[in-house]
Formats: sequence, structure tokens, C-alpha cells
Amino acid sequence: MLTRLTIEDLAARFRRGEATPSQAAAAYLERIEALDGRVNAFLTVTRQAALGQAAEADARFTAGRPLSPLDGIPIALKDLLCTRGIRTTCGSRILETFVPPYDATVMARLRAAGAVLLGKLNMDEFAMGSSTEHSAFFPTRNPWDLDRVPGGSSGGSAAAAAADLAAATLGSDTGGSIRQPAAFCGTVGLKPTYGRVSRYGLIAFASSLDQIGPFAKTVADAALVLGVIAGADPRDSTSVDVPVPDYRAALEGGIAGLRVGIPAEYFIDGIDPEVEAAVKAAIEVLRGLGARPEAVSLPHTRYGLAAYYVIAPAEASSNLARYDGVKYGLRVPGGRDLIEMYGRTRAAGFGTEVKRRVMLGTYALSAGYYDAYYGKAQRVRTLVRRDFQEAFERVDVLAAPTTPGVAFTLGEKTDPLQMYLNDILTIPVNLAGLPGVSVPAGFTTSGLPIGLQLIGRAFDESTVLRAAHAYERATDWHLRKPTLEAPPR
Amino acid sequence: MNDLETVIGLEVHAQLLTRSKMFCGCSTAFGAAPNSQTCPVCQGMPGALPVINRSAVEFGIRTALAVGCRVNEHHRFARKHYYYPDMPKNFQISQYEEPLAEHGVLDIEVGGSSRTIGIQRLHLEEDVGKLIHEGPLETAQSSTVDFNRAGVPLMEIVSRPDMRSPAEAAAYLRTLRTIVVYLGVCDGNMEEGSLRCDANVSLRPAGSPELGVKVEIKNMNSFRNVQHALEYEVKRQVRALAEGEKIVQETRLWDPERVRTVSMRSKEYAHDYRYFPEPDLPPLQVEARWVEAIRATLPELPAARRRRFAGGYGLSAYDADRLTQGRALADYFETTVREYDKPKIVANWVLNELLREMPADDDRAVAACPIPPRNLAGLLRLIDDGTISGKMAKDVFETMYRTGQDAPSIVAREGLTQVADAGELRRVVDQVLAAHPKVVEDWRGGKKAALGFLVGQVMKATLGRANPALVNQLLGEKLPKG
Ligand SMILES: [Zn+2]
Repeated sequence: MLTRLTIEDLAARFRRGEATPSQAAAAYLERIEALDGRVNAFLTVTRQAALGQAAEADARFTAGRPLSPLDGIPIALKDLLCTRGIRTTCGSRILETFVPPYDATVMARLRAAGAVLLGKLNMDEFAMGSSTEHSAFFPTRNPWDLDRVPGGSSGGSAAAAAADLAAATLGSDTGGSIRQPAAFCGTVGLKPTYGRVSRYGLIAFASSLDQIGPFAKTVADAALVLGVIAGADPRDSTSVDVPVPDYRAALEGGIAGLRVGIPAEYFIDGIDPEVEAAVKAAIEVLRGLGARPEAVSLPHTRYGLAAYYVIAPAEASSNLARYDGVKYGLRVPGGRDLIEMYGRTRAAGFGTEVKRRVMLGTYALSAGYYDAYYGKAQRVRTLVRRDFQEAFERVDVLAAPTTPGVAFTLGEKTDPLQMYLNDILTIPVNLAGLPGVSVPAGFTTSGLPIGLQLIGRAFDESTVLRAAHAYERATDWHLRKPTLEAPPR
Repeated sequence: MNDLETVIGLEVHAQLLTRSKMFCGCSTAFGAAPNSQTCPVCQGMPGALPVINRSAVEFGIRTALAVGCRVNEHHRFARKHYYYPDMPKNFQISQYEEPLAEHGVLDIEVGGSSRTIGIQRLHLEEDVGKLIHEGPLETAQSSTVDFNRAGVPLMEIVSRPDMRSPAEAAAYLRTLRTIVVYLGVCDGNMEEGSLRCDANVSLRPAGSPELGVKVEIKNMNSFRNVQHALEYEVKRQVRALAEGEKIVQETRLWDPERVRTVSMRSKEYAHDYRYFPEPDLPPLQVEARWVEAIRATLPELPAARRRRFAGGYGLSAYDADRLTQGRALADYFETTVREYDKPKIVANWVLNELLREMPADDDRAVAACPIPPRNLAGLLRLIDDGTISGKMAKDVFETMYRTGQDAPSIVAREGLTQVADAGELRRVVDQVLAAHPKVVEDWRGGKKAALGFLVGQVMKATLGRANPALVNQLLGEKLPKG
């Protein structure tokens, strides 16, 4: 089955003429057709365009001139990455009809590499959420248990990668939105360093935290995708001009002598014992591979969540001001004046969680409150960043659980605060702008995936990926697949 | 009642003459079809990101240096939030806590005495689009937005509240305008809105160190309006205080038709802008080397040039001032003087003849002037060497302006060469004297005015081409002594 193959294996078959990009695209489209009715990962499937792009890739392989390791590889994107001529909703009613006139830089780079776009993936509205239940359209389901959430906000991207509905997908991670759903869906999810991947064309949630990254079946595949999308972009002033190494090559060499920090603060009260046990077992696997685990402390971890829930909503309240019914997207007419049109449009266009965060952020930035909230949160952010800097003077990577628990059932978490706690172990990494990956590290007795989070120094994705790759080689969690083929009843 | 002192501070917005916008590559050219000069960035599309236009920063630094500001080593942009449909993102990227430059000064002259006005800060921001209403705003059924102007670089220069009269405010604005025009960073056109001015006006008991309640005045789109609006507003506040009213902090619009300021509903303008650092733009470092490189290219500024014109060329203060209003005009004058070393004569020709023909005295008009400095110098030399008279020169000048040709060609083609041949003129003089014996008699009888008549007759006979000095000399020789 072509849809089971890693990017590396699929590309090898293309090169050897044993399969064509058209066959691969058709296989994925067929699988989406058959199974996505249950998973609900896709908001838009771009069937015709995908087949057209695949046919062009066929010709390149026939001519023996593929464009890149991703040429002809079927991929899909979280629906907050702008795609020229293809509706990009950001999971929101307010952008339900928005068709961008331009490609995000990551999309442009994937196109230039020959990748085939299968479609756009579901998400929590404006990336605000940890379950994809806040999509304005429908919730996505966890391929391992359709009654459970896939995590979020990149739930569609994680579910599609886990269910083999795409060879790889892109998501975005503001407070854990790649790593948490990757853990929930038992797939590899990588959040690169802030500034490593251009944000141009990523519909902003919180500009100083958002970062685009891949979901893939293996660490090696994630490394291949990162290699294509990484690198400075003149259109994004926050992208950083640090040379992009050959991530695939950097995976080799093993981890003998690698110093692995185990942050005590990440094994919090209330952590699922099965998660804790799986992560501790994973650390022992790393030790068995020659790594040297040691305890480290990140003392300001407990303040990260609070700081995040000031900074992210503050930036969001500003970024979302542009959705006012004037220029694009939804407009609710009938108001007596402009102010009423704004009000009606935003009331109808935004969901509850988005409104909540816009209000939180507006409040935090208000005159008289700015220093107490936004100013203080920025100071906490500096302390969190310093924690990591100090830890990385002693160790090369940090290993921790990605999430305190596993995938919960749809509708289970109705209290926003309970939902926010999901990201308590991923948020500090965003505050510090560091790279982090979640790799499959086992299953609960009820068969739900558990994620191991590895965190690295800024712009040192190579070490993070090398450790993750070594762990993946030594285990077979990533080879287990959810069963979706059987009809539900 | 105590004497009241007027306190005025100005906020001046200057549209920068960069080719592209503040945060994207779109053209800033004026007058294109609506929304033809826009892109995802300046339309505030989802996902689009700003990128700082380095030449706008350079223009800001040039201006900052010209008004003695300290250029901050680190500066950063901030978001200023308010909802209005001419602003695509519903926030404006501006600068707040760390502006480009601070602490400058501007010397102004009012009524012959000079004063120094403090400049608090100079920062960069983006302009907004233009709303086009279907009919008057109050009844318009619909409005459209043109985003061509959205994102055009603006430089805001905020003065300290150092001005003590509307005349000083007008002088400050005029001086500042001359500087930005000189630097080539702004075209200084108030009517077209490339230079805009808001004022803060308050009154306080003379000598008090505290500031009174300030009123912001907007919509003054010409120098005349600025002075009139401020004069009105000062009178209004004086009257209000005299009647025991309290001045309220508010924004008032100048209504040039009704010649008064009108209060805007305060509700609409009670903004909390919720400034915070623009997360899409990292703080900018301005290297000292860059600042020094810019300083090295600063042109001589108007005040210094005016002093030099008066001192070095011996021009009147008035002429020196008029010649230095625009950089191009001053350059024109100096280039001409380099080829024809009589500054006062050149100044007279530039200020009287040239400016009479030109539609305006701004840089654009000077650049389009069909008489280059070399040609003006050539014309003046023809007067000096006697080829043409001063009177003929004015006719030649008009032809030069009309055709763009140089003076020698016109003089040669139209046969305008002055008759300076003594032999030829002597014959004409003889004829004139022979034809007017009566006048000659009058002259002999002591009627000195008769000479003028005879000169006129000679000029007439030579169709104005006779060299007047020579005619006088010959008549003096020929006329019988009295
Ligand atoms: Zn633009």
C-alpha cells in the first residue's frame, strides 16, 4: 500500500519507476474518500489540482529529474497556511469564503520542491484550542479512537498524518499545537525554532509564538520536510538567517554521550501515571543507546502558562482586529452604521473561544493594565527563557512528556482552564522560541498513544532530530497504525 | 484678570518621498487607479507580514540630523489600535516607546527676532487609505476604500509646547517645511496632504510653569489655515475663560468655510490605542556608522544658506530668504553665479524675471525650467558686452523661456544685435538732428528734456537696437554747445 510508505521509501519507488506520483496521489485521494468521513481531518480536498501536480511530477521522474526529496510526495496543510486560489478558512466562519491571492512561503517552497497538495486540514478556530473541537465547521476525531479528540489546534494535521491520509502534513505550534496533537495521535510532530521557518502567509494567532512545522510518519520524514521549508525569508523579518543544515544527514551518528536533561518540573502532580511510566521508560531507552540522562531544573515552568495566556491573547486581539467585514471574508449587513456592522460581523464570525481570547487580550493591553499584565508576562517570558539557557549549558537536549495526559473524549473538557492545562508542558518551549519534537513513545492499556517530547537549543533542530531518530530506531511505536478500515458497525 | 500666555505645540506628518511603501514593495506614486498599488501586506491580508523600508528609515535619520535630534541606537515599531475602514489591519504600525529620534531643536524667526523651538520626537509610521463616500458622509449610502495610500511612509515630528503665538506656529511649520523639502524627503505640499499639521493649543497665566488644558486642532490643510485656525482657537479660549467657562480637553476641527473650530464628538475620539511592540518587526539597530554616513551627505540647510547668501553674495535679507525657500531655486541661483559673477544682478533676474514666468518656485518647477542657469548667464553676458540692451534682454528672455533656446541663437536669428557701430549710428544721429531743428534750438536754449526726445528718435530709427550709451555719447558730440 503506497499510503503506508514513508516519504523516503515512496520517493525511492518513484525513482526506480515502481510507482508514480500519480498513483501515490490517487491512492491517498482514494483513502481520504474512504476514511475521512470518519476522521474529518480535511476541510478542503483539492483533488483535481493534486492530480495535475502529480502528473507533472510523473514527467519529471520519467525524465530522471526530480526537483527534491519531496517531488511527487502527497502532502496536506493546516488551513491557516495561505494557498493561492484555494480557500483558507483558519477554521473560522469569518474566513469561510476567503480565497488568498497568494501562497504562504512554506507553500511556495513545497510547490517549488514538487510536493503534491491534497488539501487543507481542520483546526481549532484561529489555532485557539487543544482539541480541534473549536473548529467552526466540525470536530476532527482521533484515528485511534473516534470518540476522542486528536488534540489541537493542528488536530486535522495530526490525524491526517496518523491515519495515512497524507504522506506528511504541516501544522503550526503556538503553545503546543503541533506537539500535543502529535502525542495524542501517535505521530511525529516537530516545532522548529522560532525564526527557522518563515511565517509569511501563516494566518497569525500570536505572532511572537507561532511557528510552522511538519507532522510525519517518521523522524526522518519530518527532517526531509523541515529541510524544504526552513530558511530565512525576506518577507518575514522575524525569520533568521542561520544556515539550514542537511537535516536528513544529521540524523545519523547515534547519541552516545549525548547529555539528556530531565526537567523535574515536567513531571507534575496529576500527570497520567501511564504517561509518566512511558516517558521514564523512553529515557531508559536513550540511556541504553549511550545517552547520559541527568536531572535539571526549569524553576519558572509553573509561571509559563499564566504568561502565555496574557501574551498570546494580547497579540491575538491585535492580529484579529482586521476581520471586520470591510475587505474580505464574512460581512453581516443590516447594521445602522459602521460600528454596528463590525459588531454583527465579529459576533457572527468568531466562535466562543476566539471571543474569549480577544477579550482577554484587549483587557491585558488596556491603558492602566498593560504593565501589570503584558509587561509582567514579558518579564516572566525572559525568566523562562533563562531557565532553558542555563539548562542547556549542562545538557544537549531535554526529555519530558509532551502532555500530562492522553487524548480525551469529545466534549469532555468544558472548562476552558482545564483545556488550557493541556499545554502546560509545551508552552514554555514556545515562550523560549526553542525547537521541540514529539515522538510516539508507547500506548496506554486502553490503546491511546503517548508522546515523548525532546527539546533542543535554538536552531539546533539537528540534535533534537538525531535523538528522536535514535529513539525511533530502537522502538517500534511508530510502526503501529490505527485501524480505520473496518466499518464502524 | 491675569495676562494669559498662549502655548502651542505642533505635530507634523510628512509623507516621505520613498519610491516604495513603508512595509511593502508597492509604489507610492500619486494618482494611480484606486487599489492598483496594493498587495497582501498593505491590504492587511491574513498572513501577510511587514518588512521595514530601509530608505524610509534613512529619510527619517536625515531629517532627525537636520533638526539636531539624537538618533536612537535602538528603535522599534509598535501597533496603535483603532477601528476605521481606511486602515486595513485596524491597527497602524507606528512608533511609541522607542522612536527613531528625540530631543531636537528648530530655530525660527518671527518679526525679526529668533526663537528656538524644541522637538520632542521624530518617528516613522504608515499612512492610511482614503475613503470615498457616495455623497456627503452623513447621508452616504455606501463608501469605498482606496488603499493606494495605505502604507505610504509617514514621518511624524512632534514639537515641544514651545510656541507662544499662532505666528510662531506658522513660522515653525514654514521652517520645518523648507527643511524637509531641502532634504528631499518630502514634497511639502500641504494642499495635497503630503504635509499635515495638528496643533495643541492651551492658555495659562503668563509666567506659570504649568500647562493649561489642551485642545487639539485638526484639519488645517494650508499655512493660512494653520494661522487662522490657531488665532481663532486662542480667541475662543480667551473668551471662554473670561466668561468663566472651563476649557475641556477635546479635538476640534478647523472649518475654513465658517472660519471657526468645531468640536468633534468626544466619544469617537476617546481612544485607548492599546500600544504594544510590533511582534512582526524585531527592534531595529541603527549603527553609528550609518548615521555618520548619512550626516556626511546632508546638504547645506536653508538657514545656513540664507546667511551665506546675505553675507557672501551681499544680497538683501529679503532676497536671500526668497532665494533659499527651495533647494533647487537656491542651486539655480548659485550655478548661475558661478558662470556670471554678479550675484545681485543674477538675484534680480531670478527673483523678478524667472519667477514671473515660472508657475511656482518649488523644486519640481525649477527642475522643469526651460532656461538652464548656463543660458541665463549667457544672456547677462550679452548685456555686459553691449550686444543687446537690458530692455532687449527682457524680450530675449521671454523667447528663451518659450523656446528653450539660448540667448546668442535667438539674438542672431532675429537680428537683434545692438547697433554699436559708431559710424552707422553717427549717420542716424545726423539725420535725426537734421529732421528736428526746432528741438535742437530748444536744447540750445537750455531745455534739457529735449535730449530725451532726440535719444528716443534715434532708438526709433534703429528699431530699438541702438546702444543707448553710445547714442548719448554721439548726441553729446554733435549737439552744439549751449
Ligand atoms: Zn503593498
